[in-house]
Amino acid sequence: MEALTPLALIIDGLLVLGLLWLAWRALNCTELFTAIVLFIAFGLLMALAWVRLEAPDIALAEAAIGAGLTGALLLAALARLQSPDADAAVTGRITPASRSTSPMFRLALLAALAVAAGLGHVVMTLPADAPGLSHEVAAQLAASGVGNPVTAVLLNFRGYDTLLELVVLLLALLGVWSLGGKVLHIDTDPSPVLDTLSRQLLPVLILVAFYLLWAGADAPGGAFQAGAVLGAAGVLLLLAGWRLRAGLVALPLRIVLIVGPSTFVLMAVVTLLVEGQLLAFPVEHAGLLILIMEGAAMLSIGATLAALFMGGNPDNQQVHR
Amino acid sequence: MTPSDYLTASLLIIGAVFFLAGTLGLLRFPDVYTRLHALTKADNVGLGLMIAGLAVQAESFAVVGKLLLIWVLVLLAGASVAQLIARGALHRGIRWWRR
Repeated sequence: MEALTPLALIIDGLLVLGLLWLAWRALNCTELFTAIVLFIAFGLLMALAWVRLEAPDIALAEAAIGAGLTGALLLAALARLQSPDADAAVTGRITPASRSTSPMFRLALLAALAVAAGLGHVVMTLPADAPGLSHEVAAQLAASGVGNPVTAVLLNFRGYDTLLELVVLLLALLGVWSLGGKVLHIDTDPSPVLDTLSRQLLPVLILVAFYLLWAGADAPGGAFQAGAVLGAAGVLLLLAGWRLRAGLVALPLRIVLIVGPSTFVLMAVVTLLVEGQLLAFPVEHAGLLILIMEGAAMLSIGATLAALFMGGNPDNQQVHR
Repeated sequence: MTPSDYLTASLLIIGAVFFLAGTLGLLRFPDVYTRLHALTKADNVGLGLMIAGLAVQAESFAVVGKLLLIWVLVLLAGASVAQLIARGALHRGIRWWRR
């Protein structure tokens, strides 16, 4: 690791202090809306921190999913808490007295500090110049079918991790649906500005999603970032008053939701039978197979994130004025 | 430093001044409408200057195109979101500031 210039040290120091301050403010403020806005700002600074750590793939994912879509999900949850038919006991405020004085809070604080100290100790005792696995990945990159080492690890060398991540995302949506919540539609007419904005942005978002998917083979990007952009397009459409037609809810939506995981599973079975190993691709077809799997994964990730934003099983819709 | 480096540096610094002015306005102006005004006007020009400064250093026209696309998208989003927030504030009956 090369030595940092004083300017870089100042920027990194400000980033770290800003992150800690935002995290503390987000946890400590009593207004839930403010907490969510602080959390989104935290996610954006976190993305900058990943850029400084030279991990642009994670920075993209953090900005798109960590700050953007999670922020939208939290705001949607807050709107639900404050809607007229929500449980009267739940409001958008937390009384400070209920938290910082309770023994549970102190116990949790102690546990968190202990984990932080342990992690810090481990990081400090790591050898300063550990090679890690990056040399081995670089040595095998030619056999992976793609030029971006992150994509090579995610889709080829450790493909089953990505398969399980897709299943986790699907499970999260099934969890939300099984809670039996209703899809809340705000039925006041949307502002003409929002309407125009969503119409203009939608083609751009779709283009960017496919660009990220394609670029992921050789540069930062890939299915998760592309899926997050598609999910954001869905959120924008839902906010602008777009509704899933009844005919598209039942089967078509479910097919899009599972096309990613099922393509992975199918590919895993085929490679197990043909190559004798789970998700081991023949070198000459690896690039194409990875693109197919990433494309399917992108569609499922985008649909799942937008469906999570709807907040309930679209089978039982309810209009809320 | 080459002449293009000087051009980049001065564009970035002027852009940063606009960001600073916008941030000051956001912190110091009296109500939500005037704050939105300060933020969007200053950030749009500030970002435009920064993009221009970076475009001078770009290696290909494809990179210039991507930088310009970022600026256009931020312009679109900034202008629309400012309008939406102002509309939301009016909807909630937040009065505008009068001297």
